[in-house]
Amino acid sequence: MRNLIEKMFMAAFRNPLLEGRHDGAVFPSPGSRLATTTDAFVVRPLFFPGGSIGTLAVDGTVNDLAMCGARPVCLSAAFILEEGLPMETLWKVVASMAEAAREAGVAIVTGDTKVVERGKGDGVYIATAGVGVLDHAGDIGPRSVRPGDAVLLSGDVGRHGMAVLGARESLGFESSIESDCAPLWPAVDALLRGGVEVHCLRDLTRGGLASAAAEIASDADCGIRLVERAIPVREDVAGACELLGLDPFYVANEGRFIAFVPEASRFTALAALRSVGVSADAVEIGTVSAGPRGLVVLESAVGSERVLDLLSGEQLPRIC
Amino acid sequence: MKYLDEYRDAATARRYARLIARRVTRPWTIMEVCGGQTHSILRHGLDRLLPGGVTLVHGPGCPVCVTPVALIDRAVELARRPGVVLCSFGDMLRVPGSRGDLFSARAGGGDVRVVYAPLDAVALAERMPDREVVFFAVGFETTAPANAVAVARAAELALSNFSLLVAQVLVPPAMEAILASPGNRVQGFLAPGHVIAVTGVEAYETLASRWKVPIVVTGFEPLDLLQGIAMVLRQLEEGRAQVENPYARAVRSGGNPDALALLARVFEVVPRSWRGIGEIPRSGLGLGPAFRAFDAERKFALTGTGAAEDAACMAGSVLRGIAKPPECAVFGTRCTPEHPLGAPMVSAEGSCAAYWRYRRPGVGVGA
Repeated sequence: MRNLIEKMFMAAFRNPLLEGRHDGAVFPSPGSRLATTTDAFVVRPLFFPGGSIGTLAVDGTVNDLAMCGARPVCLSAAFILEEGLPMETLWKVVASMAEAAREAGVAIVTGDTKVVERGKGDGVYIATAGVGVLDHAGDIGPRSVRPGDAVLLSGDVGRHGMAVLGARESLGFESSIESDCAPLWPAVDALLRGGVEVHCLRDLTRGGLASAAAEIASDADCGIRLVERAIPVREDVAGACELLGLDPFYVANEGRFIAFVPEASRFTALAALRSVGVSADAVEIGTVSAGPRGLVVLESAVGSERVLDLLSGEQLPRIC
Repeated sequence: MKYLDEYRDAATARRYARLIARRVTRPWTIMEVCGGQTHSILRHGLDRLLPGGVTLVHGPGCPVCVTPVALIDRAVELARRPGVVLCSFGDMLRVPGSRGDLFSARAGGGDVRVVYAPLDAVALAERMPDREVVFFAVGFETTAPANAVAVARAAELALSNFSLLVAQVLVPPAMEAILASPGNRVQGFLAPGHVIAVTGVEAYETLASRWKVPIVVTGFEPLDLLQGIAMVLRQLEEGRAQVENPYARAVRSGGNPDALALLARVFEVVPRSWRGIGEIPRSGLGLGPAFRAFDAERKFALTGTGAAEDAACMAGSVLRGIAKPPECAVFGTRCTPEHPLGAPMVSAEGSCAAYWRYRRPGVGVGA
């Protein structure tokens, strides 16, 4: 995926805003700074414990804006519907989007709908784009990350990916794990209001914590050291991962992020995060180092070290 | 997490490391047979807790890695046929055959589905009577009982549209082939606990006495592995060659009698070709006389014969414990998980993938 982005999209669309290599782009407008981002959602099944493709379509874009330090203001939504999709299913998706938009405090202000032939889509695909406003002067992104920065994590990891896997009939395991899908702006807002000089934020979606950290280490050209024991994974998530041979640090989340802040303000930052429901269990999980550049090193639970790299392809349940 | 955290305790791990360091008087080479053990060792950095003279080499216990290219070609060929649903465990999908992998067969319109249990494939065959459902039965003695259950169930239901493409292999003949190979350097084995939970220790006792090699039945958690290593080293230092089973929380020495009875009913022992190693007599399972109607290779005329491996790839030596992945000239250069030349790089269980995933030059040296 990253290869595709670098070699095809970056090469073809190259411009200074894109080269920020972040979740969204911040651009000037008279009197203020705005951020914009876009995301497309293809998830199977459409509904899973704790959310649906509709909640993801809102929270995913809202969260990418939040990762730029931008207060989400409005969204667009484009629907690609497969012929024969029951109206009741679409109603449920739209209702979940409306609910998620209310919770996130954004308005869905424009949209589009196309219908494709039966067999050409998985029921519903949704693409959303969003605009947010920056109420502060900071530069939040990989280029602001500095050696010595503390790495904070907003809560436990791995729930969303395991909830979706559990909901897939073909895997035949039942679990009560619910997706962590949630808007992250309140947590970012708390950090900024708390006066923390935020260097970088990144939500832990596809590829999970490990891939997010690896991307930032690479883009910021520094090293990141994480401590395995400090990273919370709920027992049911850890158990399901063990069973399927998956690494929870690579499992997707939809309501979790990491924050890079100066070491001196890490306690202020943690207190701010913990004052908000979505990041009430925030913890410090590591630090930024000068090297080895571009690599994330994890101190393992038994006191040794290993590398956390980008996820190559998708994680596949293993044979035995 | 209960039943896991107690086997990942850092202080106990350090105690084991000190015990091992005190016990060892000369260099030894030990092989962990199973790919799951290899990953655990590298993921937790256990090899780095050992004294310099103790070398761990990584065995052939990765079913994806040893499945011959010809069989993958046949699976791809089946997946591309109209009317066929090919079901497989997830990690087989990315393994390249000579004409693409199962992912590319799916991208080309083939119906390839990931299932977690073979019985799910039987259920699929029941639901889709107008389609041929084929399950790619890959694995060691650990997956064989579940595959046997699936075939027995399909026979009970008299399903004529279900079959197995069998690539089932056995551990002890592979260990024997490694010991018998001219370049062998393995002096002791960590035997795969979960395989022995099915089969029991008998075949391993024969190996230990015939080849004078210590074998310790070992689990997969860091402390299980360190304990296994400590026990193999103790036998080596004392000049003993026995089978020991400290993994008693999972393994009974007699194995699982119900599973063994089912295996004997459904399968028969056959010669199998191992990727990177070659043909080993009596090293695999095929469907027995009563269940041949469920054999996909008989049912469909399959032609996939495989192709020569990339000459630069050292997978064969890696799988026999003669070389370690970083010793291969193309490791991390021409061969990466994105563009694997050999199966140990593509599979989640493969030792090349483990080195690539957890190790980089300059990280954790001496840690």
